[in-house]
Amino acid sequence: MDSVGNIIVYFIVALAIVVFSVLAVKSKRILRSATYLLFVLLATAVAYFQLGYQFLGAVQVAVYAGGIMVLFVFSILLTHKPDDKSGTIESHRRVLGIVASAAGAVLLLFALFYMPLPHDTSLAEALAGGPQITMHDIGEAFVGSNRFQYLLPFEAISVLLLACIIGGVVVARKR
Amino acid sequence: MDLSMLWYLVPSVVMLACGVYGFVTRKNLIAILISLELILNSADLNFVVFNRYLFPDMMEGMVFTLFSIAIAAAETAVAIAIIINVYRAVGATDINIVNKMKH
Amino acid sequence: MGITLPILILAIPVAMFLILGIGGVFMSRKTAGVLGILGMGTTMTLAYIVAFTYFFSGSPEFIVEGVRQQVQLFDVTWLAFTQKLVVNIGFILDPISAMMLVVITTISFMVHLYSWGYMEHEPGFQRYYAFLSLFSFSMLGLVVATNIFQMYIFWELVGVSSYLLIGFFYKLPSAVSASKKAFIVTRFADLGFLIGILVLSYYSESFNFITLTHNPESVLMSTGGATFMGCSALTWAMVLIFVGGMGKSAMMPLHIWLPDAMEGPTPVSALIHAATMVVAGVYLVARMFPLYCVVDASLTFVTCVGAITAFYAAVVACTQLDIKRVLAFSTISQIAFMMVSLGVAYDRPIEGIHYTGLGYMAGMFHLFTHAMFKALLFLGAGALIHAVHSNNYTKMGGLRKYMPITHLTFLIGCLAIAGIWPFSGFFSKDEMLAAMFANHWFWGAWMTMVAGLTAFYMFRLYYLIFWWDENPEYAEHRPHDAPWQMSVPLIFLAAVSCVAGFIPFGELVTWNGEPYHIHIEGAVAATSLTVAVLAIALATVMYRKKNEWPARVKNMWPGLWTAAYHRFYWDEIYMFITHKIIFGGICRSIAWFDRHVIDGAMNGMAWITQKTSFAIRGMQSGQIQAYVLWYFLGALLLAAVTWLALI
Repeated sequence: MDSVGNIIVYFIVALAIVVFSVLAVKSKRILRSATYLLFVLLATAVAYFQLGYQFLGAVQVAVYAGGIMVLFVFSILLTHKPDDKSGTIESHRRVLGIVASAAGAVLLLFALFYMPLPHDTSLAEALAGGPQITMHDIGEAFVGSNRFQYLLPFEAISVLLLACIIGGVVVARKR
Repeated sequence: MDLSMLWYLVPSVVMLACGVYGFVTRKNLIAILISLELILNSADLNFVVFNRYLFPDMMEGMVFTLFSIAIAAAETAVAIAIIINVYRAVGATDINIVNKMKH
Repeated sequence: MGITLPILILAIPVAMFLILGIGGVFMSRKTAGVLGILGMGTTMTLAYIVAFTYFFSGSPEFIVEGVRQQVQLFDVTWLAFTQKLVVNIGFILDPISAMMLVVITTISFMVHLYSWGYMEHEPGFQRYYAFLSLFSFSMLGLVVATNIFQMYIFWELVGVSSYLLIGFFYKLPSAVSASKKAFIVTRFADLGFLIGILVLSYYSESFNFITLTHNPESVLMSTGGATFMGCSALTWAMVLIFVGGMGKSAMMPLHIWLPDAMEGPTPVSALIHAATMVVAGVYLVARMFPLYCVVDASLTFVTCVGAITAFYAAVVACTQLDIKRVLAFSTISQIAFMMVSLGVAYDRPIEGIHYTGLGYMAGMFHLFTHAMFKALLFLGAGALIHAVHSNNYTKMGGLRKYMPITHLTFLIGCLAIAGIWPFSGFFSKDEMLAAMFANHWFWGAWMTMVAGLTAFYMFRLYYLIFWWDENPEYAEHRPHDAPWQMSVPLIFLAAVSCVAGFIPFGELVTWNGEPYHIHIEGAVAATSLTVAVLAIALATVMYRKKNEWPARVKNMWPGLWTAAYHRFYWDEIYMFITHKIIFGGICRSIAWFDRHVIDGAMNGMAWITQKTSFAIRGMQSGQIQAYVLWYFLGALLLAAVTWLALI
């Protein structure tokens, strides 16, 4: 039995995710669309916090809701002239889109409900099932080379980010 | 009332469906990118939820999500750089203009 | 006897081939010629040593209680496919292989020497000597083969050497097509040989000649009464093997390549197409003779083929204009003589007298004497061609005054082949005819007639070349005798042809190693001698001086003459079969099938692919979203299918 607080938070998060996802893809204005995305990301971050992954939630807020959103906003501003209808965006192929997404959703929901998942585990039990993850654990997981330790992917990611920086500069620089 | 894992997975499915819809229907490149972020985010949420409910004493799902966020950031940065470049080249970010891939 | 000599006999020619073949371009003609002649001379000396040791040393290794033994000087495993299927390479020494060693090396040495004069001004002199060495090696390997498979390998090698040498003047289209013809026809026949080998070894589980021939009855038993189309498996095997021999020895109907093979240099004709390679078929039958003996039908087949070929070739030889062709048909006829002789030699007592092996001995004897005098005749023809620069005897006539050495030696060759005492041909032919009469009077009479024809056409040739009417062109280009390199072989071979008949051949070469005492059959000898003399007399009347007789005879039976001149249209028949029936009928329909059905299927697939691509190419719109949509739906479908499969 979960606490009422958790349930309330959950409903807020779920509602935010559903509503703002829909809005993010339905909104006519690109800037609004980006803002709705921000809300979705933030709601996801809250969900992470609630699931007990504080560091992940922080990263989500900092990188996604912070960094990536800034990139979006900048790019929107860079690619829309002020005298435009300030970023009205159009849609097409709506029926196909609905069919595709509905089909996907239906299939996934079927899968979810028919798979032998532990439907009766509550969040409190799940949280009690594992230790609190500290920064120390995460740090060790990232720079170790044993089983369940990720030095190599970590380094690969850092190289990838470097490549992205260089690539971004090269692609976007003025000729 | 228990918050079982389904409670978290259903919003994730909705997010994915919205992402797919947006990706298919949007005409603006940045809007497509936004839809893409939705899809990615839904996947991230799934990782975390499965990690928490099925393997609570481990942290692989979380670590994977961390990497996923890093990669998403990198991808978005490059994509936006490309979009800006496309805009410079053709003066618009409309997908219909950028269909030279068929040649 | 150790193994050094036999190995050297095979190694020296092959070494010469490699040295002259690879290093020939860096050598002068003189070096190459001297090297080739020296190499062959050494081989000849070694072969003589081996053969004389075998025949005359009396060592218990070779002769036990008066019976000559078959000895394998060495026999090493070369290819071991399975436990039983083993191919060896070895060196067999028995009466016929020792005799063949002498024949091959002698003729080959003579031809080497002769070619030095004959080929002096030809381009590719070094290559020529290399090929001669290759041929000598192959032929020696063939006769000393200890097993059928080794024989087959060398059999093909002599075919290749023959091909190379016939096509030596590769700039002449006729030489090229003649070499191809020779190769294809003999190769075709070798298919029969190969199948025969396979059938035989399948049942007998051995390739070795000694194993096979020492116990022919058990080979017959091992086939277990297997029959095909009414004949036993062994009969089929032996007949098929004989088909290979028919190809090499130019028996009807596979004789068509030999006359054309005369496009090669004349010494090559003397070596390969008169003395050595073409008797490989005879040698093959002789080598497997005990096996032929146990299946009478195959020997009867040999006899029939030989008899028909002998007569046919003799008739054709009477009409040819090209002296080398006359000699070629004469060769065919004489080889057929040997075949008949072998064919009638099987074990059957007649009126109390045991004639077993007389035909065998006589055939081998004739092989020996024929090699000598036919090589002599060819080399003489070479000297004539060298002198008048033509193969055609209408360009000759009256040459006896200009070329006395050639004239005399050629006359000796003609007398020998006609079977006049005391030349060598008389003795061997007499023995052969005796064997044929002993078998059945018909074969004897038939082959006596062929012998008469032989005498006639040889003397026709002789008179037309050396008597008849002088060619007026001699005034501007006076023919003369050949240089010493060419005269020495002629004289040597003529001398051999004079005395070879007195060799006690029956003491040396018999089918079972026991000596056979030759005694001249008075009646047979008298008959054949009379026939030969009459034939020569007829030729003398008709051709000694220029007169109207030949033309009159020709006009008496113009159809027969034309048919014989065109060799009874065998080439045309082959052309008809290959071009009209095989190419035109079978190949064309196959080509149609290939073009329309197989290509059509391929084209149809291409057409379908193209149409489909055109139909679906609109899907490549260049719009990422469309791609993603299809991708997503596809992924969903896959997921659904997987899921359904899992449930």
